[in-house]
Amino acid sequence: MKPAVLPRHGPRRSRLLVVDANGRVTHHAGADLPRFVRPGDLIVANDAATLPASLDATHVRTGKPVEVRLAGRRSLAPDAVTGFTAVVFGAGDYRTPTEHRLTPPILAVGETLVVGPLRAAIAAVHHPRLVDIRFHDSVGEIWAALARHGRPIQYSYIQEPLAVWDTWTSIASQPVAFEAPSAGFILDWTTVRALRARHASVASITHAAGLSSTGDADLDRLLPLDEPYVIPPTTAALINRTNQCGGRVLAIGTTVVRALEHAACGPGRVTSGAGVATGRIGAQTELLIVDGIVSGMHERGTSHYELLRAFQEDDALARMAAEAEKHEYRAHEFGDAVFMERCTRVDDADHERARNCDRVPRSLAGT
Amino acid sequence: MTHPHLQRLRAAVTGGTSGLGRALVAELLRRGALVAFVARHADAVRRTMHELPGTHGIVGDVSHKGDIYPVALQITGTLGGLDILVNNASSLGPVPLTLLADTDCEDFEVALATNLVGPFRLTKALLGSLAASARDGRHPIVVNISSDAAVTPYETWGAYGASKAALLHLGRIWDAELRSEGVRVVSIDPGDMDTPLHELAVPDADRNALKRPEDAAREIADTITALASASPTAPELEARQ
Repeated sequence: MKPAVLPRHGPRRSRLLVVDANGRVTHHAGADLPRFVRPGDLIVANDAATLPASLDATHVRTGKPVEVRLAGRRSLAPDAVTGFTAVVFGAGDYRTPTEHRLTPPILAVGETLVVGPLRAAIAAVHHPRLVDIRFHDSVGEIWAALARHGRPIQYSYIQEPLAVWDTWTSIASQPVAFEAPSAGFILDWTTVRALRARHASVASITHAAGLSSTGDADLDRLLPLDEPYVIPPTTAALINRTNQCGGRVLAIGTTVVRALEHAACGPGRVTSGAGVATGRIGAQTELLIVDGIVSGMHERGTSHYELLRAFQEDDALARMAAEAEKHEYRAHEFGDAVFMERCTRVDDADHERARNCDRVPRSLAGT
Repeated sequence: MTHPHLQRLRAAVTGGTSGLGRALVAELLRRGALVAFVARHADAVRRTMHELPGTHGIVGDVSHKGDIYPVALQITGTLGGLDILVNNASSLGPVPLTLLADTDCEDFEVALATNLVGPFRLTKALLGSLAASARDGRHPIVVNISSDAAVTPYETWGAYGASKAALLHLGRIWDAELRSEGVRVVSIDPGDMDTPLHELAVPDADRNALKRPEDAAREIADTITALASASPTAPELEARQ
């Protein structure tokens, strides 16, 4: 599959491959998404805005230029920006594919990186390219330096450098994601309205989406890193009620699946609040919350693709991949989308719940 | 005096180091809000932060496209979201004020960039945060500072008046479109105030006849407080049912 090469996004610019509950594959336009949503369904998106997480820096001991890519943090609290996990690359820029980037100088605990106007101390070395850094500046100075000095993480296959606004979804709120929660590009405000008009609800979580690739096979095996998230009480209430009423919870993006399944406290129920999503979702995962997913197009072997195996059998995924290849869908962050329903497990309890909930369409109608 | 209604609400004010903007920063802070403000000059930003401890100053110019996202990032980053946005920063256009026929196109463009396009860009960049605030059960609000020049065609106020008229209409359409998201957009004309902007426009004005910006700020904060404690938002009602 070819990657999308222009940073253009939005439902009117993407195509939508649909894999239904029976594993049937059909082709549609991105703006058609609301047609596949039923009254009483709940759409949950990640409203994280994207940090300009790529920072040019200097490794003080050697005087060598490096690129610091912020990759992880412990919490989403606004002042929790003094410490980050970061991937460090040697000289060069995004025009070199990540897997061909030079390694940085040997990094040691206690050494200093000068990052624009900031100084960062290396607090831990997990791998020659993966470190914990600690800024000693004030929270306001750190935010100002990120805003003025940082650039979005770039992709070698995108023809022009990404600006921050290319990486923010329409619903982007708190800037905590390291790479764009790109499945969310399919939700513009027109689509949000269309979903409500279908008597579906739209809710959000905030999840610090991490790096999709480090260019190092050993490191990539560790991805995704632990990712902090927050589930607002209103979102948890909507999820719990949607499940009671037999509606479906449809996740926009793998980060939403990861957070909601991590916060599951039983079939169809999540707890609200802050958490840290750990572990990976794959073929062995029994999904407790999410009934469908909108995702970007990703190749077999990536953690994104692996996560889809929790929704569909391998033969359906193989059909999806073949159809996407044949019809030249564009992969990666600014590419096309897939909407995948969880494959049918005949669940009489669902129907029973639906019958017991006479208010399904009206109560979830929104305004 | 405490005004518990704005406790912990997150507010941002553009043009926050002088005139009405600075008075609003002080008033919102007094009412318990977490306040970030934006202004062009680093020294004035530092001074205001020092004079109003607890506020967060951001250096930026809303008339510059390249400044909008860095400003939005710092607002939502430091405050952890946003509930109240006050688009206050304004440009008169040509100074001294002059007939439209003598107005340089560049001065006209500066007025539009500051008074119309800047507020549009910033509101759009922060809309995700405002809508998230509504989903969390708060009552997010955008206040656009307007003027009687937006309604009345005063001679020599052409660039300013036309840009403020457009801002007023922009606000009406925003408000109609965003109500379903639980976000309100209102325009407030604070009246003629004793501010540096007014001094530039009407150097020989009788300052005693002008409103104090602190009084205007209190009135605007009253409006914000009333709207912030309004009936539940549409998304909140949806979640409650």
